Amino acid sequence: MRPATVAKNLGALVVAVVFVFPVYWMFSSALKPSGQILSKDPVFVFTPTLDNFTKATGVDLFWTYVTNSLVVTVGAVALALVVALAASFAIARMKFKGRKGLVLGVMMAQMAPWEVMVIAMYMIARDAEMLNSLPLLTAIYFVMVLPFTIWTLRGFIAAVPVTLEEAAQIDGCTRGQAFRKVIFPLLAPGLMSTSLFGFITAWNEFAMVLILNKDKTAQTLPLWLTQFQTAFGNDWGATMAASSLFAVPVLVIFVFLQRKAVGGMTAGAVKG
Amino acid sequence: MTVHSQGAVTAPQDAPPKSAGGQQTPPTTKGAGPSAPRRGRKPLPAGWLPYLLIGPAVLSLAALLLYPLAKNVILSFQKVDKIEFIQRKAPFNGVENYTQLLGDAHFWTVVVRTFAFTAANVALIMLIGSLVGILLNRLGTWMRLVLSMALVMAWAMPIVASVTVFQWLFDEQFGVMNWVMRTAGFSGYDQHNWFESGLSTLVIVTVLVVWGSVPFVALNMYAGLTTVSGELYEAARMDGANGWQTFWQVVFPNLKPFFTVTTFLEVIWVFKAFTQVYAMNRGGPDRASETLPVFAFVEGQSQGHYALAAAISVLTIVMLVIVMSFYFRLILKQEEEQ
Repeated sequence: MRPATVAKNLGALVVAVVFVFPVYWMFSSALKPSGQILSKDPVFVFTPTLDNFTKATGVDLFWTYVTNSLVVTVGAVALALVVALAASFAIARMKFKGRKGLVLGVMMAQMAPWEVMVIAMYMIARDAEMLNSLPLLTAIYFVMVLPFTIWTLRGFIAAVPVTLEEAAQIDGCTRGQAFRKVIFPLLAPGLMSTSLFGFITAWNEFAMVLILNKDKTAQTLPLWLTQFQTAFGNDWGATMAASSLFAVPVLVIFVFLQRKAVGGMTAGAVKG
Repeated sequence: MTVHSQGAVTAPQDAPPKSAGGQQTPPTTKGAGPSAPRRGRKPLPAGWLPYLLIGPAVLSLAALLLYPLAKNVILSFQKVDKIEFIQRKAPFNGVENYTQLLGDAHFWTVVVRTFAFTAANVALIMLIGSLVGILLNRLGTWMRLVLSMALVMAWAMPIVASVTVFQWLFDEQFGVMNWVMRTAGFSGYDQHNWFESGLSTLVIVTVLVVWGSVPFVALNMYAGLTTVSGELYEAARMDGANGWQTFWQVVFPNLKPFFTVTTFLEVIWVFKAFTQVYAMNRGGPDRASETLPVFAFVEGQSQGHYALAAAISVLTIVMLVIVMSFYFRLILKQEEEQ
């Protein structure tokens, strides 16, 4: 290999190590015996143990956190897909009064700074007696992910040639059937990448649940992650085990779907 | 996705609009046909259908986004501290919250800090992201796979989890960072507390945000570079351009829409980043690492100045809208140019 190629590959390796190191360190710390976690010089070789995972999952209400997170996240994403599919079909395929305004509104809603509105949200929830309510949390997450779901699906629908739909209609399909049989299957990658990003947003959400759901039985996994850090000291082994468990679903889905996801969004994103 | 985190996470979604619009507009206008034959079902009056389809989306956005937003604005003109909060009273006090804020040196410190934080983060994200994107483009298949997998891992890390990991990496006693510094020969890192000042806390947050955001920029940059035709590079080489000139004469003009739009998106995400800053050190020590969203949150939640916090958040939103208006104008201009 030429020296330039060697330098390039070495550089790439260093960059790769830098980016992957925090993820590696999270998993390896989670597997370390407690004596070796609390060592001034980091231990790289150790006998892995599941103690930290046992501790992290052994807390009160662990399964409640898991169930809540799953219910809220899946509910929000599913709702967003249905509502967004209808709206984005109208935006991509139909002419109607107010269409431009709607497009602009969706674009702006995409950038809404949710966290700064949390106090108003708290007052509304309190007055409606909906604090500690999972349905309200689901509804909020649904609206958080709705704009970008509409936006992305609009792009995917617009990319399907209208002639395909028309051909189906000429063959005797109704407009609804044409949508179901022709467009919907072609939208699979779009639906997957939008649900992936919707899932990540809702799975991660921290400020709303922190403020609205003070009652532990209505909390989600992001709050479980922080409960091993207390004023009396941090249980780093348990924190890293909890973080690992929290990250695994996202990492797995992302790695499986990333090609589609990156392809889907870059197709239009970068072409200028 | 991600502000990156969260920003980083939503990143991809925001991306398509800007440039995708160009190719997507034609079908939209063309396919607008209620004229298409409909059979088998009672046809709805042509005019209703689109409104029926967008109805649920519009209603939910109005109920759960616009209503809290309006409530927030109203609250910012009221007096609501702990007592009023408990008694559920909210007397109006005009613009008093705003005059109090605008005359408060602490508020302006936070504003300046937020802008500096945003500028530093976005500059680093764009610079490192572009360099890594260019590197990806020049690698062989295997090394490219290795690097892009590493980037994807960092990208996919949930923010709350990555905050805990960075707290652990920078732990005072057992953090691997202090060990790295000691091993590299710097003294004084035995028990170095990285969270002892607001500035160094924000430096750690910056490392986290940049780490989480670079993959989005780098992978998209790489995808963009593959669309630049090889002939252009060839021509540049024939003209005797060096690497730097090739970048400015060939790559940059071709990817200009990508650079401008990505920069704006990153500005917006970093500016409103909350979880990374708040979860890292609760805005501390002594409120010295608060950026605007965190300032609003702490002022309301911990200090009990609910209406004042609402005024802060309104001012934050106003600043964001100004930034966004530049962004939207840019998108519109780009669509026109196509």
